[in-house]
Amino acid sequence: MYLVLFLIFGGLCVAGALNLLFQRHPINSALSLIVVMSSLAVLYLLLGAEFLAAAQVIVYSGAIMVLFTFVIMLLNAGREERTHGSKAAYAIGIPGAAALLGALVYIFLSNGDLLGPTLLGASWVVPTVFSATLFRDLLLPFEVTSVLLLVAILGAVALARKEH
Amino acid sequence: MEVSFWFFVLISILKVIIVTGILLTAVAYTVLLERKVVGRIQNRWGPSRVGPFGLLQPLADGIKLFLKEDLMPTNVYKPLFIAAPIIALGCALISISMIPFGANIQYHGVDLFQISDVNIGLLVILGITSIGVYGVALSGWSSNNKYSLLGALRASAQVISYELALGLSLVGVILRTGSFRLRDIVDVQSTHGLLSWNFFGGWQFVAFFIYIMAAFAETNRTPFDLPEAESELTAGYHTEYSSMKFAMFFMAEYANMITVGCLATLLFFGGWCSPFGHIFQPYGGIWAAAIMPVFWFVLKVFCFLFLYIWVRGTLPRFRYDQLMGFGWKVLMPLAIANIIVTSFCLAYRAA
Amino acid sequence: MFSGSVVPVSWYLILSAILFSIGVAAFLIKRNIITVFMSIELMLNAVNLAFIVFAHRWHQVGGQIFVLFVMVVAAAEAAVGLAIIIAVFRARNTLNVDQVDLMKL
Repeated sequence: MYLVLFLIFGGLCVAGALNLLFQRHPINSALSLIVVMSSLAVLYLLLGAEFLAAAQVIVYSGAIMVLFTFVIMLLNAGREERTHGSKAAYAIGIPGAAALLGALVYIFLSNGDLLGPTLLGASWVVPTVFSATLFRDLLLPFEVTSVLLLVAILGAVALARKEH
Repeated sequence: MEVSFWFFVLISILKVIIVTGILLTAVAYTVLLERKVVGRIQNRWGPSRVGPFGLLQPLADGIKLFLKEDLMPTNVYKPLFIAAPIIALGCALISISMIPFGANIQYHGVDLFQISDVNIGLLVILGITSIGVYGVALSGWSSNNKYSLLGALRASAQVISYELALGLSLVGVILRTGSFRLRDIVDVQSTHGLLSWNFFGGWQFVAFFIYIMAAFAETNRTPFDLPEAESELTAGYHTEYSSMKFAMFFMAEYANMITVGCLATLLFFGGWCSPFGHIFQPYGGIWAAAIMPVFWFVLKVFCFLFLYIWVRGTLPRFRYDQLMGFGWKVLMPLAIANIIVTSFCLAYRAA
Repeated sequence: MFSGSVVPVSWYLILSAILFSIGVAAFLIKRNIITVFMSIELMLNAVNLAFIVFAHRWHQVGGQIFVLFVMVVAAAEAAVGLAIIIAVFRARNTLNVDQVDLMKL
């Protein structure tokens, strides 16, 4: 059952990511990215990160990607045209990414026994444990991120507003 | 108790079918209720021809919508045009699966009054609601129509803004409970009837006010129905839709209303608990113990639906800048203040 | 009820590597600035998956909390990045990255 779920949602992730790569229209890419993110949320749940699974759906699929689609709709972005930059990128990008993938897969497979298995429900982090660590041990980083968010909001407002 | 896998699957499918059936019927009759009540508010009768008191009107509407021609406009982007209503309705229907309708009554180890008892049920509902906005956004974009696009832009901006206030308003309740599980949230409120509900005993009425405002905006209902403001945008994001695809948007809106009503009941008004506490619990035996909670739950949800319709019949629409200003400058600071006050009170009580 | 089968940690890591490589390729090949930005989000997500797998493997909450911080940073980044994209579109009237390579108008 666990294996089946992993294969289904892992497959959905890869299919969505490939679709992002191959689609020419930004809105199709955005939708395939939403598929990737939502399937990742299921994988997080399988790995026992239940709060993060919900946060993934709420923050990534429900807020960040809505912003992306919003901007695509607002700017009415059409199909992208291939220009001179993409030819060089094809020549370097595809082999580079493939080499990276090959190296990583080789390392992970050769150390597979060392890494061991994942078990369903073996390390289940309930939100109370999660928040206890976050708000007791890591209070300062947490507060710093709130400052970061404030700065980001101010920056976005300053950038996006029209100059008089 | 260990349950066999196939028994669990069978019972779950049965529960899903029954709940979906009840929900869709409820949606149909909420539409009728709305037409009746708004009619009375405006001093007219509302539908009264089909069946006694117009009670068969939803059936007639359903048949009409089924038999209408399903138009496909020429310049739409087809895959998304078809997917959008499915996303909207799907998300609206899925979130009901987390809602507990009655007391935790087990039959061979399976919960009878809830489809799935999830540990993070509240967050799952929030997540599914936030996915639902894609239905609106994509329908507007794929229609290739300026009214639809404007409606969709308004809807997505509105939903993102009000989602923040909505989420923050729930934090007070979660602080009081210490859990995201909806059954735990209700159990905390079950001790002294009316007095222990989060709205009264928990001092969460500010949170409730914020929640209900934000929920009105999330479901695109009056006074926040700018995405489909018929006087300026024809029909907003579903201008180009007809027949069953239109009906799916319609059903999604009402199903969302019902979910919001259920959630407000669970979070602020004690869910299925009776307002009289445990006074009447010894009477009536096992059947009353199973049925009465469901009765209270349905009654409370009905009150919320009535409130929705009442507001729609009474209030005029916001202007767009008023809508954004209200969400960001009033509701959000208020929600943050509520969190701070609630957490101070809880810390004081614990100390 | 659903236990029994086992998935190796390395499979999750390979999935993460695949997603990351696709993100790199999309970042290099795509010419639309919004899609380029989306491929960065894809790479971040791939890394998040690796963090959560390791958190699961060594029973540490820290990995999960790091993912939460990545989400916060991604949200901040999306807000500022999209604001920049809108500003660029206003100035240049294009979303193609090859046409916004000049330092001045």
